[in-house]
Amino acid sequence: MQELSIRLPQIPDAAPLEPYEADLLREMYRRMVLIRQFELKVNELFLQGIMPGTIHLSLGQEATVVGACLALDADDVITLTHRGHGQALAKGVSADALMAELFGKETGCCRGKGGSLHVGDMSVGALPAIAIVGASSPIAAGMAFAFKRRQTSQVALNFFGEGTANKGDWHEALNLAALWNLPVVYLCENNLYGVSTHITEAMAIDYVSERAAAYGMPGSTIYGNDPIIVYEAVKSAADRARAGDGPALIECLTYRRGGHKRDDPGTYRPQEEVEAWFKTDPIPAFRDRLLRDDRFAASAIEDLQAAVMAAIDASVDYALASEAPAITSALEHLYVD
Amino acid sequence: MLTDKPRASPSSSRELTIVQALREALREEMRRDDQVFVLGEDIRIGGSFLFTLGLLDEFGPERVLNTPISEAGFVGLAIGAAIQGLRPIIDFQYGDFIFTAFDQIMQQCAKLRYMSGGQVSIPLVFQLPTGASGRGAQHANSVETVFFGIPGLKIVTPATPFDAKGLFKSALRDNNPVLFCVHKHLYGSRGRQLAASSISRGHVPDDEYLVPLGKGDIKKRGADITLVANGLMLHRSLNVAEALEAEGLSVEVVDPRCLVPFDTELVIDSVVRTSRLVIVEEGNERGGWGSQLAAEIASQAIGYLDAPIMRVAAPNVPVPFSPVLESAVIPDERQIRSAILELMEH
Repeated sequence: MQELSIRLPQIPDAAPLEPYEADLLREMYRRMVLIRQFELKVNELFLQGIMPGTIHLSLGQEATVVGACLALDADDVITLTHRGHGQALAKGVSADALMAELFGKETGCCRGKGGSLHVGDMSVGALPAIAIVGASSPIAAGMAFAFKRRQTSQVALNFFGEGTANKGDWHEALNLAALWNLPVVYLCENNLYGVSTHITEAMAIDYVSERAAAYGMPGSTIYGNDPIIVYEAVKSAADRARAGDGPALIECLTYRRGGHKRDDPGTYRPQEEVEAWFKTDPIPAFRDRLLRDDRFAASAIEDLQAAVMAAIDASVDYALASEAPAITSALEHLYVD
Repeated sequence: MLTDKPRASPSSSRELTIVQALREALREEMRRDDQVFVLGEDIRIGGSFLFTLGLLDEFGPERVLNTPISEAGFVGLAIGAAIQGLRPIIDFQYGDFIFTAFDQIMQQCAKLRYMSGGQVSIPLVFQLPTGASGRGAQHANSVETVFFGIPGLKIVTPATPFDAKGLFKSALRDNNPVLFCVHKHLYGSRGRQLAASSISRGHVPDDEYLVPLGKGDIKKRGADITLVANGLMLHRSLNVAEALEAEGLSVEVVDPRCLVPFDTELVIDSVVRTSRLVIVEEGNERGGWGSQLAAEIASQAIGYLDAPIMRVAAPNVPVPFSPVLESAVIPDERQIRSAILELMEH
């Protein structure tokens, strides 16, 4: 068997935080902690056998989704992947509605019809997740098409994994988005693996972003475990799209802190690679930066973490106390009257 | 005005083909609602069946959007645009090309509303030339049959210019995805073969009218046997029924017009009167809409039947090219006539 080439993280110097509003930095950190703790809780509930379904955790990829979503306006729209809990929380889906959805409850964001693979809430601009790899890319272009037609200044952002870049729907979407100059940001969460298959076994070029040139849009590859770097890249792409200059592709290098899904230990990943990437954990790294900033006291950070933990416990209580959907609702929501 | 039958109009007796009626419907709806737009391959020059002929001049390239050959891409794009409130119509050159976008239709378009708990709606019309027309296996699919079993879609199969116009306007105003499947021999586009029957051209009123989705129509009254057929098969069946009438056999011809929703009640009412049922469709027999109808009639009205339900459909093979073979596979008037006469012997 051919030995896997290992992509070890290359961590750029952390940018100074001074130019950024304290509220933004606090929210960045809060959302990353929220996602991390939410996912750990989900994992625990799943292991206890309380939570139904299958779960694809987004542990480790928090900086990418939070940096990207905070760079968007509230009325901008994202599409989510099968690994969508983090994307949903980053865009502002409530933890209560998300947890209830994972339990298949009536109070879930999709009334229990979607489950982990289809979470989302249109009221915060999160199109319920499309769990078929590649299928969301043309749909994101279509939402951007409507924004452009209506001249609303909104932007669509399509989250996808590096494995998606080999799918036909994705290529067709990028071509159309560039051809028609649509306000859409293609945001790749490159965690190096499509289930067990390393990127080097799936494509003959080094980076997904190289493909952008083939469609006539700018492409870049950035370090995805620093939310500020992601924020800046997405903000600039979104501004550009809003100005009428069309789509962009941003590839964020990040890493799964676990297997593809709950029952996958991820043992196909070389130890050296796992250890190197685990040292890049975005959350402690960002906390250390905040603590070096005068605007953030250690006690305030602790309070924030405690508030997040309380909110997650409350979301579990909310979900468990919620009613299951009425059996009759299985026949509802198919057609609009 | 909601109507299901052409009314005699003193002001006009103009006759149109289906493509003329559809183009008129499209033009009226685009004038009426600026959220409506049409996209597809080569539609700047009218598309394969000239559905959009002349529309570019009136509505411009923003609303008559010529696409690259990229079905999965532009179907997905239309879904996204519809989610955000636009009302796209996708004009397919051939309905057969829809299968490269199958995931977008079956897994996305048909399911997004349901799996989001009703958060989105997708008002999107697919204009799909369907059926065999002398082009071999890959341009001869009965598209409507393939999608028939998928919840979340509506499927319309008009057979007359009057129905086509009224149904198309209803489809465009519906807030759900609608597959609008017209047989390739029924458009009447320039340079294309048009089915020979009494209904392939027909009166289309000048006044606004709609034909509701899900309501069938009795195309010919009869007392002895009920025949249900759609699309091109309706034309062939009517020809047979008209000939048999002269021979003293009274065939009632029912056009479901829509496969989803299906007007089963209309068929039951007819079967109650005639006690015999033959179902004619162009697609493969296995899994056709006729098998579902036969099952429903068997479960709801078997007590009224004096004979087994008979089906006429293509055998379970792709459509071959040789004209001799194509006409052996696609039900023709001879086969339809034999089926009726055989059923009358029971």
